[in-house]
This record gives sequence, C-alpha cells and structure tokens, in this order.
Amino acid sequence: MRTVAVVGASLAGLSAARSLRKRGYDGRLVLVGEESHRPYDRPPLSKEFLAGTLGEAELALERDDEDLQAEWVLGTRATGLDRAERAIRLADGREIRADGVVVATGAAARILPGTEGLAGVHVLRTLDDARALRDELALGGRLVVIGGGFIGAEVASTAHALGLDVTVVEAAPTPLAGPLGGAMGGVVSALHADHGVRLLCGVGVKGLSGERRVDAVLLEDGRGVPADTVVVGVGARPCVDWLDGSGVALDNGVKCGADGRTTLAGVVAVGDCANWYDPHTGAHRRVEHWTGALERPDTAVATLLAGGAGEPGVPRPAYFWSDQYGVKIQFVGHAAGADDVTVEAGSTEDRSFLAVYRRAGRPVAVLGMNQPRLFTRWRKQLTSAATVS
Amino acid sequence: MIPACRLADLPRGEAHRLDVDPPVAVFHTDDGELFAVDDTCTHQDASLADGWLEGCEVECPLHASKFDLRTGAVDAPPAKLPVRTHEVVVEDGMLYVRLSTAAPNLPPCVSARLAGGVA
Repeated sequence: MRTVAVVGASLAGLSAARSLRKRGYDGRLVLVGEESHRPYDRPPLSKEFLAGTLGEAELALERDDEDLQAEWVLGTRATGLDRAERAIRLADGREIRADGVVVATGAAARILPGTEGLAGVHVLRTLDDARALRDELALGGRLVVIGGGFIGAEVASTAHALGLDVTVVEAAPTPLAGPLGGAMGGVVSALHADHGVRLLCGVGVKGLSGERRVDAVLLEDGRGVPADTVVVGVGARPCVDWLDGSGVALDNGVKCGADGRTTLAGVVAVGDCANWYDPHTGAHRRVEHWTGALERPDTAVATLLAGGAGEPGVPRPAYFWSDQYGVKIQFVGHAAGADDVTVEAGSTEDRSFLAVYRRAGRPVAVLGMNQPRLFTRWRKQLTSAATVS
Repeated sequence: MIPACRLADLPRGEAHRLDVDPPVAVFHTDDGELFAVDDTCTHQDASLADGWLEGCEVECPLHASKFDLRTGAVDAPPAKLPVRTHEVVVEDGMLYVRLSTAAPNLPPCVSARLAGGVA
C-alpha cells in the first residue's frame, strides 16, 4: 500500500493516522479535513471552552513534538470517491489517488429547517460554532435550548453558570430516555430543576419567531418562550453524502463489519459516520462517542493493512461521560433491552450514585453520577465480561 | 520520603491516594510492581488513583487518557503532557514515596486554582 488517505481530520481520523504509523505503515499519508483547524478536542466545546476557562490552544489533540509525516489537506471537503480510479475528489477540484481509504467524516449537527439566516440561532458541533455561541452567551439574556440531550444539557449548564436565564425544551416526555432509559433519564435531567433551569418536556417546537434575529421559540401547544439566543441540540446526521454512488454501502452512515470494513475493498470507516456491526447486540450500531472514535480506528487500520482480512474486534462496551452543573455523569454499555435498573450505591436524591442495568439478571450497562472510582470498577467488570463471552 | 501505606494494605491491582499537595497516587500492578505518579490527570481534574489499572498503564477514570506508569508518558489522548513520576521505596513492609523535584504537569483548571491560592 503506497498511499493511504484519511478523510476526516478530527479524533477518529487522527487516531487512524497514528495507528497507521504505529503499525509500521511508512507510505504516503494524506489527511483531509473540511474544517481549517488541526485536530481538536470537541467535548470541551459545550463545557470549559464555552465557559471561557479553556482556550483554543488547549483543545489541540496533537502533541507539540508529534510528527506523523503526513500531508494535511485542510479547509476542503471530500465530494466523491471514484471507485475505478481509486481517487477522492475534493471540493476545491483536487483529486487524491489512494489505494487505502479511511472514512472518518463524522457527523453534522441537525438544524431546524427554515431557521437558516435567523441571527441568534446556533448549533454546536465545531470550534467555529463554539466561538460564535461563546460570543453570544457573553452578552447574557435569555437562552432557550431545543433538545434535552447531552449537548443541550451541557450548554444549559454552562450558560446557567454564566448567569443566563435558561429554558430547555424537550419533545419527548423524558430527556435522555434513549441513552439512559426513562427512569434514569428523569433522574439526570432533574439536575436542571436543581439549579433553577426550566425544563419543558413532552412538547415539540413549531418554529422560531423573529425578523432578523430570533425573539422567541414557538411551541406546538401554542406557547411562546421568549429568547435572545437559541441553541438547537437535536442530534447529528452522519456526513456520508459524498460516498453516494461510490460502491460503499450506506445505511445510517457507512455500513461496516465488526472490524471496520466497508463493502468496498481498501476502504474502512471509523468514528461518528461509521455504523459498525456490534457483536454484543447482534445488530449494526452507529456510536457517536468520543471513546469509539479513539479506540476503533486501530481495529479498522489493522483490517486495512491486512488487506481486509482483519481480526473482527470485540470492542469495549461503549463509554461516555457528561459534565452538568458540576456533576460528573458516566455511562457504559447499552441501556436498551435492560429489564431492570437498580441503584447499587449512594442515592439518586444526593445526585451521587451508581446504577446497574440488567437484562435477565446480567449487567448490561452502568450509570454513575459523581462516583468515578466505583464506576471504573464496574466498567472494568462489564468490559471483561463482554470481551470474554 | 513520605510514608504512604503498608504494602500489605495495598493489594495488587489497587491504588492508594496520598493527600499531599499536589496529591500522589501509588499503584500496585497485577504483576507486583509499584509505581507512584501525580494523582491528578494532566488533562483535567480527575484522580488517577480512581482510574483503570492495566499492566503498567493507568487510564484516567473520566476521559480515558492513558499514562505509562514507568515513565509517565501519554499513551492515549486527550492528555498531551506526561504525568510526573515519583520513586517508590519499600522498607520493612512500609511503602514510601520520594517526591520528584521536577515541575508537575497539572491541568489548566488545577494550576489556576493553586495559583489563586483557593485550593
């Protein structure tokens, strides 16, 4: 293999590039990034960076002394993959021929249709998004967050600490019910009320009002919530349109095996855009977690370098964290399918506890709030059970 | 040298946090080796003694940065700076730590707190 192109220059792409070098690949390595920035860490964008306690230099993912001997093509998007020519077409007209391709194009924040061009309306995904939102939050006022998921909750928490008047609107009856289940979703989202942040659940958003700048969020029940700034946190969609017609099968992102392979030889996919087969659940599952973008590229790169004959990895159960209102929230495993959730330590009222999700008596997921030590023990236990079986 | 704990009180696979300033974590690996490093992750305020010990490596309990306990080197991001290592001495079944004189790599939030004197 003489040229490997990594399309996507965030954590998953960087991890793939590191893994290629670590595994001894010494050919040409090209990293393509739509953003003009070198790889940076996204989790702080809704927390410390937004709060102004962490600067841009500290977000960099590369170490000062790190040199991957790579060509960086930043600030331009991949627009197509030519199967016959084995070439990646870029938005600026260039083409990169490569015999190995790592797809790591991530996901993009969903927007509310019809709100483009209205000032004061934000999404939060990129550094540029975060800069713009940070500047607006500095003005204070009323913030309405649409979507009570993790990004929305973290933005609400940060904005509340900055002194804004914050309301969170969630269409579902309970926020976070998808990732955490209904009961624990309710416990975690109760943090909003603990801190005087309004949470409106079970009501959809009809639209936004305002001429040039947003002035209110209009709810489906007829209410209007006055707003100086609005953050739309309603999830992300995988950035895989550029692969249409390439021969790489798409299904909720790039459809991948348990080793990162796609339906096209010489092409693997990693990170938020990749819908890997999950042996734990026997189904494909697209994971939008930091740790997935960190850990899975090594498996995919091994597959790529082995010419597609990779060892299917048994990935560690998905782990993610969230920081809200000074509370550390940690979760590992898969809540869907659990038939029982019990609090094993601490208490939900104290916002310090550990809860174990079980299916037919077997632990399948663990949630911790302000219990990092105990959580690590459980995470270890859950992981060894999963990787042995 | 700072006394840490009795060796018998630190089973293999476990860690002990020493409440000095900045705090130090002493690890007893599954292979029976002993290591001491600054307890605070160089990325953000988290206790490495609460982390995931595997071989000679500890993973931060929060954001999964990994450090080589032998050298303090970063094995996995988001941390970029190595964690400071200290010498461990065992005498008569007692564990001591000889603190490094090198400057620690504390995360920005902790450094700011120490500088501000609001420990």
